[in-house]
Amino acid sequence: MIRRFPLGGYIALAIAVVVMVLPLVWMLLASFKGQSEIYSLPIQWLPSSFAPTNYTDALDVVPFGSFFVNSAITTVFGAGIKIILGLMTAYALVFIEVPFKKVFFGIVIFALLVPQQIVIIPNYTLIASLGWLNTYQGIIVPGLASAFGTFLFRQHFLSLPPSVLEAAALDGAGHLRRLWAFVLPMSTPTIAAVALVSVVTEWNEYLWPLLVVDRPNMMTLPIGLTLLQNTDGITNWGVLMAGTVLVTLPILIVFFVMQRKIVAGLTAGAVTG
Amino acid sequence: MTSTATRPARIEPDQRAKTRVIPTPAEQARARKVRSRRTRRHNRLLFALLAGPNIALLIAFTYKPLLQSFYYSTLQWNIGSQRAISVGFRNYTDWFTDSETPHVIGVTVVFTLATVGGGMVIGLALAVLLNRKLKLRGPARTIVVAPYVLSGVAVGLLWLFVFDPNFGIVAAALGAVGLPSPAWYNDPQWALVMVIIVQLWKNVGYIALIYLAGLQAIPQDVLEAAALDGAGPARTFRRVILPLLSPTSFFLSVTTLLSSLQSFDIIQAMTKGGPLEGTTTMMYEIYRDGFVAGRAGYSSAVATILFVVLLIVTLVQLRFVERKVHYA
Repeated sequence: MIRRFPLGGYIALAIAVVVMVLPLVWMLLASFKGQSEIYSLPIQWLPSSFAPTNYTDALDVVPFGSFFVNSAITTVFGAGIKIILGLMTAYALVFIEVPFKKVFFGIVIFALLVPQQIVIIPNYTLIASLGWLNTYQGIIVPGLASAFGTFLFRQHFLSLPPSVLEAAALDGAGHLRRLWAFVLPMSTPTIAAVALVSVVTEWNEYLWPLLVVDRPNMMTLPIGLTLLQNTDGITNWGVLMAGTVLVTLPILIVFFVMQRKIVAGLTAGAVTG
Repeated sequence: MTSTATRPARIEPDQRAKTRVIPTPAEQARARKVRSRRTRRHNRLLFALLAGPNIALLIAFTYKPLLQSFYYSTLQWNIGSQRAISVGFRNYTDWFTDSETPHVIGVTVVFTLATVGGGMVIGLALAVLLNRKLKLRGPARTIVVAPYVLSGVAVGLLWLFVFDPNFGIVAAALGAVGLPSPAWYNDPQWALVMVIIVQLWKNVGYIALIYLAGLQAIPQDVLEAAALDGAGPARTFRRVILPLLSPTSFFLSVTTLLSSLQSFDIIQAMTKGGPLEGTTTMMYEIYRDGFVAGRAGYSSAVATILFVVLLIVTLVQLRFVERKVHYA
């Protein structure tokens, strides 16, 4: 029997890929176009030159360098501390015997029922009263607690072979040593997956930094990007698209390089429930 | 540390007899009591050290503000103001009787149903496609998921240009078949369609990814058995694959429902809730009332209502997860 060439499948796949890629290509090409090329009919796909004028303009109009540094700092500290807190909490919940452990686990789990979006007003009031508006700690601290990460790490720790840890305990290794020398090395794939998803989430975080930051030099990339939207009343698409490329490109590179791990992190939540 | 000493049960009694002088049972019991008290204290300290910071943060920035939010919802209070008047449930009755509220609920329902329903249907179709043995399906999967990791603001802004009624791709494509471009920016209904399309574009890859994992977990022999029974592809899909995917479908319906109800970035970047409140969802209303209009009390009431909606959705999910665990 001759296997039919699955033409329909390839056409569908091509359409899906084009729909996903075309807007991104449009953004990238527009970021090199001058005003006259953007406002031309019929629409013109390719820019006349790839001179980075719009990029230098974007960097002149708003402090993109500061945005980048702010995004990097809030992402590294936000995601990093969150992962550490999640690992410590999950270890304590799985391996240390204390009374009322279920209650503490409940506190972590029920926090998943309360989205941060719902509590923006009290948190804003608190951060403002601490004088933390327009500061890194104001951006980072309210979102630091780890509920979902703790949950995933706990699931993973429960699946580790108890014999290894018991042997370590009999050899006289205390909890901290067991955490550092046994549990963490046995969990690197899970940690990497959860960490990458946290990095992506922190980098894209928008609503909370929008509320607590209004000084341009403290803005993160997504907030600063919107400054380009209406600098002089009308939208300068070329410059705005250059800014959009600057915001999306780093995360796209991270995604394409580490897509295996990120995909594992994204599906981890679904597989565990 | 005292770990070895705290686990006498782990050492075989006869082994001990050979190597050590056995203390009397009373001595043993006393020693164990002292040691275990010390271990217990040690454990509690260590537990507090490891789990304490996270739990403290959860209480400070999740539980306490949640309670505060309930309290604020009973106040007539402007954000940043020193003066607040207690008004009981008036913010709630105001919201439910406000002439704008049915409209906001309508926008929220349309946006949520379209993004959840559309996302699940398109996501499943993509997953089935990506599960076929086609060349290049690996790179295709990566590309389809890519928009999901992008900033919602950046996605909203780049699509705003794609939708430009004069100079965008959509207008050009419609023009090619002789259709005029809808007024995406100025017509409330088309603006809602626009933000729905963008939300779908950003999230459909994630849905496809989860469905793909579900599809790949279906044992091959089940499908072979269906084929042997003479079931065609359509029948196999409806009668075998779809039911087996139901846990995945349920998980996805809940997570996408929650994220759609909380969607903010794309709406803020593209329409700011307009035109004419055409894209003002409940989540957007919380932001607008609280931080643009400054009515913190009223905004907290809307937040509380949305919280109750989200809670009901999530509790349904938790029940389901429990059931799944029982049957596993």
